[in-house]
Amino acid sequence: MRRAHLYILAGSLTALALAFFFYKVFVFGFPLKPEARTDLWRVEVQLQFEADGGPVKASLFLPQRTGTLTVVDQSFVSAGYGLTTEPQPGVGIRAIYSVREAKGLQTLYYRAVLQSGGLPEAQERDPLPQVEPPVLMGPQRAAAERIVGIVQRQSADAATFAALLVKRLKNARSGEEADFLLGYRPSNRRLVTVAVQLLQLAGIPARPVNGVALAPERRDAQFHRWIEYHAEGRWRTLHVRDVGQQPGQVFLPWWRGTAPLAEVSGGKHLRHTVSTSRAFEYAVRTALAQQRALEKRFIEFSLFGLPLQAQSLFRIILVIPVGILLLVVLRNIVGVKTFGTFMPVLIALSFRATGVFWGVFFLSIVVGLGLGVRFYLERLKLLLVPRLAVIVIVVILLLAALTVISFHLGFDRGLSIGLFPIVILTMTIERMTLVWEERGATEAFQQAAGSIFVGALCYLLMNVPVVEHLAFVFPELLLIVLGATLLLGRYTGYRLTELWRFKVLAR
Amino acid sequence: VINALDIARRLRSAGVLGINERNAEYTLPYNRRACYPLVDDKVLTKQLAMNAGVAVPDLYGVIEINRQLRDLPALLAQHPSFVVKPARGSQGDGIIVVTGRTRSLFRVADGSFLDEEEMTFHVSNILSGIYSLGGQTDKALIEYRVRFDPAFEAITYRGVPDVRIIVFLGVPVMAMVRLPTRISGGKANLHQGALGAGIDMASGRTLTAVWRTSIVEEHPDTGNPVAGITIPQWETLLELGARSYELTGLGYQGIDIVLDRDKGPLILELNARPGLAIQMANRAGLRLRLEKVEQYHTGLKTIAERVAFAKEHFAAQPA
Repeated sequence: MRRAHLYILAGSLTALALAFFFYKVFVFGFPLKPEARTDLWRVEVQLQFEADGGPVKASLFLPQRTGTLTVVDQSFVSAGYGLTTEPQPGVGIRAIYSVREAKGLQTLYYRAVLQSGGLPEAQERDPLPQVEPPVLMGPQRAAAERIVGIVQRQSADAATFAALLVKRLKNARSGEEADFLLGYRPSNRRLVTVAVQLLQLAGIPARPVNGVALAPERRDAQFHRWIEYHAEGRWRTLHVRDVGQQPGQVFLPWWRGTAPLAEVSGGKHLRHTVSTSRAFEYAVRTALAQQRALEKRFIEFSLFGLPLQAQSLFRIILVIPVGILLLVVLRNIVGVKTFGTFMPVLIALSFRATGVFWGVFFLSIVVGLGLGVRFYLERLKLLLVPRLAVIVIVVILLLAALTVISFHLGFDRGLSIGLFPIVILTMTIERMTLVWEERGATEAFQQAAGSIFVGALCYLLMNVPVVEHLAFVFPELLLIVLGATLLLGRYTGYRLTELWRFKVLAR
Repeated sequence: VINALDIARRLRSAGVLGINERNAEYTLPYNRRACYPLVDDKVLTKQLAMNAGVAVPDLYGVIEINRQLRDLPALLAQHPSFVVKPARGSQGDGIIVVTGRTRSLFRVADGSFLDEEEMTFHVSNILSGIYSLGGQTDKALIEYRVRFDPAFEAITYRGVPDVRIIVFLGVPVMAMVRLPTRISGGKANLHQGALGAGIDMASGRTLTAVWRTSIVEEHPDTGNPVAGITIPQWETLLELGARSYELTGLGYQGIDIVLDRDKGPLILELNARPGLAIQMANRAGLRLRLEKVEQYHTGLKTIAERVAFAKEHFAAQPA
């Protein structure tokens, strides 16, 4: 009776999970494999300046939505500063950081997550902007008009005019009008400025655009300036250098005009660094973009309705049940001995940051040194709670020291050992000493090795991209994991280790 | 894999109980959670047994809070030998058997010495819950140290041997005598290296023994054969076992009895999750015996009937 109940429960959980799963696969078209994904870019701006001690106001342009790139998430880190954003039509959006009083080195951060592709370009035309004729005087005006005249005769429309104009400016030889306008050894920015002036003179709306080339893992990205001109109802992009020719190169337009990226009043020595990196987002969003109204509502109430940060958190949380199922199998069917019930899963989570090899390495070092300290403390005869507290402090110091040492030895991996759960490490050390004293070193090492072994296996399983993908995109599959765990709760067969233990009885 | 399946099949046909099956089929259904505190807390167990008129080792004192540690030396001074144990300890952890004093030092059964400060530290560790399940705060018991019956003298290395009887629904189903060895440090726990000798339920005579995972004929330290020793007052032990069901209400339990030279059988502790190594000591599976009890227990009303049932059905099979 009890069994039938359990089978029915597990069976209906599985059926429910499969129903949802197949509906999402066949009707919603959710991808089964993690490979189907679109690009995500992360951009971070670090702004630093020396505050004078009085009120400070700093402004920073923010990247904008364009046809191919959308800001899906952005965050500002600016301790103590008030923040407002202020759209400036035709130029961009400015974030204004302000504070009543600040002194010394100030650091402000801006982070954005951008998604490329997948979104159709807006169909409506950009409104025709006003052409403001540039203010040019005397010989400069004469030279400019002459170039415009020549290029106009050679070109058929705005697009060919712009291309020819830029070509002419780039190939300017000394003595020509172009060279006269640009000046000696013109910078890229100067070239863009002149080209924009000439385009405007010819009656084509144009403006300089500032932006960065998105590149994977770029620490110190440089701002480029390029041209946007208006033709056939649209703004078009024209690069003056050949960077635009590289296939797959993506540019993020940031702001328009010739103003600097950031300005500060009440401070000096302003400098900024921009870094870009690449991340991947499953193509689910693309699938989401095609949903009907009812399905959209359904999805809004799913994990995809959450902000990106929460999503990435749940990406980790949702694989935990898979690891736990493995742990149950290893403990109740195989019979591996571990410290604590779920400690191996927590170990597996901390391995995510370090990888298995370095994870085991660092874990062994911390636990080994911690054990040494614990055995020393044994002589002092401390009471339990203060003793545990001492070990927590020692573990924290050990983690800090190991991080510093491994950083200076050039192990990047070492930087992530701070993610090891400190309290878990402490309890491990305490439990291990007790087991050591009560049952001997063999038993202690057996349990420690068991914990690390199970932790490593859980990590390997939880880190399979397909597992992570399925758990996040189809969380209903966890109902199957739940059902399987329920069934394991009534597994009454032998554990594998028991076969060995009782083998003398198997005659 | 084939070999493993083969072993599993043979163990099953021999009726060997695995830990999953013990938990799922016996401890979970037959042991109500509400009864657990009675056996998990040795102070409660002792009181329960004393109220029912069952013999237990005398309780010298209970230390419940750190403040009482100040009175500990005075309490211990009254008794030349005693046992310190955590009320909620499991598997014999945290138990210190003091056999006497040498000047100001306590002489411990495993041959080591403790001074007063170390003893106080040990008791305070017990209070803070190091040895208790789940780490809850605990109490420390100071009780009478058993002078064990000379019956086991030849096959014991220090420490106190005890008799473990598995009792299912009031019927004693299997028993063994646990013999301390040098490796077990005077403790009578099998996983700490003590020897477990099976007992013929009908006659109370010892059979072969298990040590770790192998069957042995002799005590590893004394070299004397473990088989063929008759447990004194076996009938009384079986009755104590049978009575323990009414005492705690636990359907499936292990009862640990020591044989004192002067006071006879004393209940040391009760266990709601007794270990499975007893099967190896007896070279017999528990499941077949448990199934037999499940089948007939409704007809077994009195303690005498249950003891008689055990002696009739669970006699050792001639090898």
